Amino acid sequence: MKIIVGVKRVLDYNVKARVKADKSGIELANVKMSMNPFDEIAVEEALRIKEAGHAEEVIAVSIGPSQSQETIRTALAMGADRGILIETDELLEPLAIAKLFKHVVEQEQPGLVILGKQAIDDDANQTGQMLSALTGMSQATFASKVEFDGDHLKVTREVDAGLESIKVQMPTIITTDLRLNEPRYAKLPNIMKAKKKPLEITPVADTGVDVSSGLKVVEVNEPPKRSAGVIVNSVAELVEKLRNEAKVI
Amino acid sequence: MTYTAPVKDISFVLNNVVGLAEVAKLPGFEDASPDLVEAILEESAKFTGDVLAPLNWSGDQQGSQWNDGVVTTPDGWQDAYKQFVENGWGSLSFPPEFGGQGLPMCVSAAVQEMWHSANMSFGLCPLLTQGAVDAIAHHASDELKQLYLPKMVEGVWSGTMNLTEPQAGSDLAAVRTRAEPSGDHYLIKGQKIYITYGEHDLTENIVHLVLARLPDAPEGVKGISLFIVPKFLLNDDGTPGELNDVNCVSIEHKLGIHASPTCVMSYGDKGGAIGYVVGKENHGLAYMFTMMNQARHAVGVEGYGIAERAYQQAVSYARDRKQGKTLLGKNEDDQGIINHPDVRRILMTMRSTIEAMRGLGLECAAAFDQARRHPDADTQAKMQRRGELLTPLVKGWSTEMGVELCSLGVQVHGGMGFIEETGAAQFLRDSRIAPIYEGTTAIQANDLIGRKTSRDGGKGMGELLSDMRATLEELKQHDAIAFQAISKRLEPAIASAETATEWMLGQNDATLPAASSVEFLMMLGRLAGGWMMARSALAAKALLDAGDSDAEYLGAKIILARYYAERMLPLVESSLTIIVDSAQTTIELDEALL
Repeated sequence: MKIIVGVKRVLDYNVKARVKADKSGIELANVKMSMNPFDEIAVEEALRIKEAGHAEEVIAVSIGPSQSQETIRTALAMGADRGILIETDELLEPLAIAKLFKHVVEQEQPGLVILGKQAIDDDANQTGQMLSALTGMSQATFASKVEFDGDHLKVTREVDAGLESIKVQMPTIITTDLRLNEPRYAKLPNIMKAKKKPLEITPVADTGVDVSSGLKVVEVNEPPKRSAGVIVNSVAELVEKLRNEAKVI
Repeated sequence: MTYTAPVKDISFVLNNVVGLAEVAKLPGFEDASPDLVEAILEESAKFTGDVLAPLNWSGDQQGSQWNDGVVTTPDGWQDAYKQFVENGWGSLSFPPEFGGQGLPMCVSAAVQEMWHSANMSFGLCPLLTQGAVDAIAHHASDELKQLYLPKMVEGVWSGTMNLTEPQAGSDLAAVRTRAEPSGDHYLIKGQKIYITYGEHDLTENIVHLVLARLPDAPEGVKGISLFIVPKFLLNDDGTPGELNDVNCVSIEHKLGIHASPTCVMSYGDKGGAIGYVVGKENHGLAYMFTMMNQARHAVGVEGYGIAERAYQQAVSYARDRKQGKTLLGKNEDDQGIINHPDVRRILMTMRSTIEAMRGLGLECAAAFDQARRHPDADTQAKMQRRGELLTPLVKGWSTEMGVELCSLGVQVHGGMGFIEETGAAQFLRDSRIAPIYEGTTAIQANDLIGRKTSRDGGKGMGELLSDMRATLEELKQHDAIAFQAISKRLEPAIASAETATEWMLGQNDATLPAASSVEFLMMLGRLAGGWMMARSALAAKALLDAGDSDAEYLGAKIILARYYAERMLPLVESSLTIIVDSAQTTIELDEALL
């Protein structure tokens, strides 16, 4: 069985995001970029499944600019077997990304696709679900535990009410939640080997997939600054303020 | 008290100042391409930041503990060391035939800076193993190499250096530990002190390298031999077996590096510890010296590594702490003490000096890489001279400045800095050992004026100073005011160093040069740091001119270089006066009157 893992190059989680001067987006030039943390968890899960003998090959797939090769190399250094970059300099919407993943799924015929539940840049949380709809594969989103059960998977999901256990038929799509695992550090010898692992680059145009956008970014703004807090003298005053000033109750 | 490795700064120096691309062209270093090195630095940053740094403070507070010959490292250290080994960090620069990755010394030095910033006490264990591996790889028989090196390179066995005895510190001629020939091995008897990681619970075996004398050995340094004495003797299949006659008698209570066990080791209490001679008998000290440059360089890296950690904490504190209305703050939200000009002075001094030291450390390592691998014999020899000349500067100057900068780090915190829980004090305490071990600053200064300057009649020094003059000419090509300011200070600083070198070489008696030797070392260190900063500024300018869009970052490199030139290079000029004028007065006062 093959496993496909999605790895997205995003603004590093330690970097404070700055809005571009022209408000067209977030400043990405000359800032540290790294793999989306949820995708690191996805890579780790795929490697553990392979190490447990349930899969033969882990393929790291990224969609983005040429520099996304570094993100794929990170996955290869962790232990993925090969990489695929669908290259584009445009910022694609989740639907376009899902369509491109469908293209890869059709070519590779994986038993399992593991994606991060969302990327920390746009927090869209849509690609996995859309890919399921487009391919007809089952989906198990927000996974915090994955167990094999014959040709099925038992997946524990983190939902608002608590934990939900479901059983899905393979091939399936998993999206990872934070507590699924703790990603490994890449070993030095593997970082060196990663350079020699195959990485196939396809321009987005060559896929024949329609990636046209239905949305337009009008303006990006910083969230409003938090104003200073006040100390209230009584519960009654608190309730009054919540009702009349904050208008939340 | 977090640590974020300055990957961008380190990469900038490697790629744009010391020429990693040139090193990667050398035979055997082809793997060390900039993108691979970047990936290595990024992963090392993660590991040191997430795993080693969080154990620094707890390790200091708990310390390593001794109980009846058994040493227990602080909580979490076994697991961290296990991860360190599994991830292959110990094997970075070692030869591939013993399981190493064979990467250049400049890459290894860049990674090691992170170990020491994150956790200097932890970093010492692999540092010592590296020294022992070097000694065995260069001088031991093939049989000993096959037996010991693969496990040591992997890191599952560690190594130690047993030189010092109570009466033999800087003067190793006074070593008294005995070695009696006994069949195919020797029986070692004696006591060694200050043995870093002499006993611990991190590895399956500990391989001690021990200096000792044979019964018929000549007096002094020519009668010292080097032995491998394993904690556990090896079985026929090479696995650790029976316990050797080696005992850790106690560990020291120290000013700093509390988590690193500094052991008193006793050999041969029950008749004699079994040891195997490395290379030839009576050549031990010479063998120690071949690896000395590397070990001293590694301690120099500690000097700026620990200063970098102190700097990061000082900046973070200075941003948060508010005291009084600042002169530089733009509004009410912008009143951290970082906006007091004097706090800026401290932080700029720390930052620019750290960058100067890092530049010099990596320059020295790259010189050794060239010396080892360059196809042309003349270049090899020149680069060997360069590496050897810079080593006492990297060791002596960077560790002395390390202490000074960690002290400044405390100062930024005010009273809080004097309180242990703040953490700034630990960096100062830890930094204090670096100018002492692996040869005190005075020993480095001796090495600089003797072996590295006088011995070749000032040839290597002449080459270095003339390379600095070439950089000066480059600076003068630029009209920008920052470059004018840098060359204005660099020119007289170089001239002062030239005069000081002539003075050193012109003395008939060793006394006056010895009296001024440490000042000479600090002078050359400061100047060499200024040279590296000037090259950093030139590299930044070249990138800007080529259209690099990272203008803010590259502009900062130029400002830091200028600050260093204006703040540090005038001290080089005053050093000349101190060296020449004060040498005689230093020894004038009768010792009875001190």
